[in-house]
Amino acid sequence: MSADFLYTLEVILNGLMAGVMYSLVALGFVLIFKASGIFNYAQGVMALFAAMTLVGLQSGQIPFAHLINAIFGTDLHHFGWQMPALLAIILTVGVMVLFAIIVEKYILHHLVNQEPIILFMATIGLAYFMEGFGDIMWGSEIKTMDVGIPSGGSFWLEEVTMTWAAEGERYWGMYIDKLDVVATLVALVLVISLTLFSQYTKTGRALRAVADDHQAALSVGISLRTIWVIVWSIAGFVALVAGIMWGSKSGVQFSLSLIALKALPVLMLGGFTSIPGAIIGGLIIGVGEKLFEFAIGSVYLGGATENWFAYVLALVFLVFRPQGLFGEKIIERV
Amino acid sequence: MFYRESGDFKKTYQEDGQTFPIRFDRWRYWVILAIAFLVFPFFMNDYFANAVMIPFLVWAIAALGLNILTGYCGQLSLGTGGFMAVGAYATYKIMTAFPGMDMFSVIILSGFVTAGVGVLFGLPSLRIKGFYLAVATLAAQFFLIWLFNKVPWFYNNSASGQINAPERDIFGIVITGPHATPLATYLFCLIVAVALAWVARNLTRGRLGRSWMAIRDMDIAAEIIGVNPLKAKLSAFAVSSFFVGVAGSLLFSVYLGAAEVTDTFGINVSFMVLFMIIIGGLGSIFGSFVGAAFMVLMPVLLKNILVGGLGWPTDLAAHLEYIIVGGLIIIFLIVEPHGLAQMARVLKEKLRLWPFPH
Amino acid sequence: MKFKQIATVALTTLAVSAPVAADLMFPSLSYRTGPYASGGIPFADGYADFFTMLNERDGGIGGEKAVVEECETGFSTPKGVECYEATKNNGALVYQPLSTGITYQLIPKASADGIPVLSSGYGRTASADGTIFPWVFNFPTNYWAGASRIINHIIDNDGALEGKSVALLYHNSGYGKEPIRTLEALAEKHGFNFTKLAVDHPGQEQKSQWLQIRRERPDYLLMWGWGVMNQVAMQEAANIRYPMENFYGIWWSGTELDVLPGMASHGYKAANFSVVGSDFPIYDELQKHVIDKGLAAGDGSSVGSVIYNRGLYAGMVVAEAVRTAQAMHGVSNITPAMMRDGLEALNMNADAYARNGMSGFGPDFQITCEDHGGTQMAIIQEWDGKSQEWKMIGDFEAPDMDVIGPLIQADSEAYAKENDITRRDC
Repeated sequence: MSADFLYTLEVILNGLMAGVMYSLVALGFVLIFKASGIFNYAQGVMALFAAMTLVGLQSGQIPFAHLINAIFGTDLHHFGWQMPALLAIILTVGVMVLFAIIVEKYILHHLVNQEPIILFMATIGLAYFMEGFGDIMWGSEIKTMDVGIPSGGSFWLEEVTMTWAAEGERYWGMYIDKLDVVATLVALVLVISLTLFSQYTKTGRALRAVADDHQAALSVGISLRTIWVIVWSIAGFVALVAGIMWGSKSGVQFSLSLIALKALPVLMLGGFTSIPGAIIGGLIIGVGEKLFEFAIGSVYLGGATENWFAYVLALVFLVFRPQGLFGEKIIERV
Repeated sequence: MFYRESGDFKKTYQEDGQTFPIRFDRWRYWVILAIAFLVFPFFMNDYFANAVMIPFLVWAIAALGLNILTGYCGQLSLGTGGFMAVGAYATYKIMTAFPGMDMFSVIILSGFVTAGVGVLFGLPSLRIKGFYLAVATLAAQFFLIWLFNKVPWFYNNSASGQINAPERDIFGIVITGPHATPLATYLFCLIVAVALAWVARNLTRGRLGRSWMAIRDMDIAAEIIGVNPLKAKLSAFAVSSFFVGVAGSLLFSVYLGAAEVTDTFGINVSFMVLFMIIIGGLGSIFGSFVGAAFMVLMPVLLKNILVGGLGWPTDLAAHLEYIIVGGLIIIFLIVEPHGLAQMARVLKEKLRLWPFPH
Repeated sequence: MKFKQIATVALTTLAVSAPVAADLMFPSLSYRTGPYASGGIPFADGYADFFTMLNERDGGIGGEKAVVEECETGFSTPKGVECYEATKNNGALVYQPLSTGITYQLIPKASADGIPVLSSGYGRTASADGTIFPWVFNFPTNYWAGASRIINHIIDNDGALEGKSVALLYHNSGYGKEPIRTLEALAEKHGFNFTKLAVDHPGQEQKSQWLQIRRERPDYLLMWGWGVMNQVAMQEAANIRYPMENFYGIWWSGTELDVLPGMASHGYKAANFSVVGSDFPIYDELQKHVIDKGLAAGDGSSVGSVIYNRGLYAGMVVAEAVRTAQAMHGVSNITPAMMRDGLEALNMNADAYARNGMSGFGPDFQITCEDHGGTQMAIIQEWDGKSQEWKMIGDFEAPDMDVIGPLIQADSEAYAKENDITRRDC
């Protein structure tokens, strides 16, 4: 095989994995949009908040230490214990459930039956609030996320593929990040369990009923409030997973909340209401932008084309299918 | 008592169709203009102009522009930052290519350039709707930023890609550059803002505005009753982009004086202007101003209270700012979901009945 | 504009007007929040702690108390402008804007208002030309000098670059683009191949760039990164097993936060203009007068880090300039104009460093009326994975002025032409 072909293959594979990372963020959006018609702008901040909480718990940070120190002149930093990763994750899930309950009780409950744009705006307020709140709670310095996920290139794969190239060509084997492989597996498990959950459990059916029609669901005795708490909890959990994956990659810090931007084209392409759409959309975006950068962007256009190309790609698809690849058909009546 | 239609008889059609049918509103309008033009100039200093009033006016113009597109025509746009960048870079190129040109012409020309670009990126709106349309405008946002960052022609080959506004004047009064007085820059921005608000108000009252609103309320129905969606949507994109371009032009030349595209016109700008119009009120000129005031002045005010007044550490204050602004957005929504402009409307209704509510 | 707004405006003006009289005021445009907070916190702490130390130990500078007024910019330009306007009337002596964007913003404004701007190791490189930029200083060094210093280091240690390849991984912003022109000129001079790889803000996703690096295997890799981009790049470099000893960063990519735990980053190098480590007499003074008294600006976690040292250094050169100005004009309560004279006559020699308990902390230089950039010397530091700390290798060395001199000349002339500035006589 020629080295160019192998390089292209490598770019495609890496694009697929990058796409999975985008999908992880997009999933949280889809879950909430499906169940409540809310475009949750705070999803990125939720991922940041979840990751911060996880790291904070793990390293035994005292929440609000900075604030307490500023008011009382004390000098608090850490509890002085190290929590095992699993326990910290479980506790963080608990925090995200609590968060979901609070959001439902104090925000969504008061905004039942409002237009989507207003609910969207409420999540903007929520995002602002949590950005400040998370920073006050855990501090704004950069933290290292370590929950034991392997990272680094797979040397095994490199060695296996090193011999594939044609004779005489310089080739160093194929490169795949182990972290990306883990992320792919996690995403796979997540999607399967979410699908199973929504297909085969009673709560899952209730979720789908609410997604279809709020009022009809209410009339058959489904509690909208409980469902919303559940949905936001699940979205919080997905945010935690995304936060762990992205946090292991780049450390936990403010920029983590910006990953929501990477999820937007995925959502638009896959459709706001489809879980498989979020995955496939992510894969298409990931491969598309990486291939474009590889073949055209870095060669002719000077690079850094990924950001806009993702949107242009989504745009091209949308022109042919205005509701996204897997979105529900928009039926308009006068 | 004083807020009544009764007793205020309209004798001509013109009077009947005026913007402020109630006498109190008319007075209030003139009083605010008088304060803005005649009172504020006496208190103008560098801080008040450059940190409070000019940003407020510039963002208000941007919010007006987006409100025309999103609030009146129902087309969601997240490309405001990119379009502002077009305005800014057009201004820079015009300013450096034609040093003799006065600032009004520069700004209006920049607006027209932006309008052209806006129409181009508005084309997909004929096919894509709702949240999905945001993707087209986001594509514009990211592509334009990339373009201005990448092509050295736009920043005259400077080493770092920064653009600087050279000194330009209008009738001999320096408007841009470091030697402009706060009074001159403030009045310049105020005149542009008031003129554009007047244009926006009258456009939205007229045939064009009605066709936009028809499209917003239901585009298929509008099409059936004879509104041309192509014309309505693209004209909304053009007018909106014109406003946004003027705002970008002012932001660069008068307010900041220097700009770098990734830093000044990033995606967060697009979101911020969108927040302004949602908080202020979609489809309201007044709402654009209030929303801009909220998003621009609130952080400054909070910062001054927390840091200057209470002496808190700056980082804690900055975080609290976020918490308070976020909390206020949520509280406003719960109290009045349709923005601050709707609050004002409700207040007016109450005033009409006051002091005898029944 | 209704009542609320008027009230807002009234309150705003009220809350701002609290000028500090008869003190030496040093505004600190810090960024303790936002995407780059992790770099902003140590700098702001170091800057503030230095002046606290002076106040506690000497009762200020020349008998005048030093006041550091912090203003949070979050690294955003509009907020920087707000901060500038809010602090300039309180008698601000010198601005250190800390961001390339804010520096470009302030250069014309501060020049018109007559307040000096000092951008050490960032900002507009051409402002080293004091005849065009009378109010702007960028000693001890700048990005172009940094790029040249790194290339010189490579040539000195590994031999000529003829026919080799050098890649630049840069933050796709004004800051990241700064070294390109210099590196292009150097590539022509030394005959190496130069490739540029842009990474978009914030820089969490760099897979494409690193796959390209992996394919093309440049002999040397330079990085102009900031914030999260540094950490991700370092991780990716380790992942593809790029030889760390051939990987160089600029000073904003050479902090403790940018390297990986363990041996993964061992051998990574970065240019710097202030040294690393806390083995200086000044740290004893800081401990005694600031930290033990509980007056430290931060929580103490950043003390002794690379950027904290840079904050200390920034404070020290400013304090030295104040002393110079006080001696020149014979008054202790100096004005911004006197401050500029002090900066313009600043002589940072071994004595000056020793006086501050910081011998060898930075390069020696002498500022003059026409030269605002100093000797532009930089030092190379290397990350030692075994002891988990940065070590200095070599000494402060000057860049290739044959290449940089004409570039600075050309850029300052372009600025002068665009803004109708005539060269002043010195």
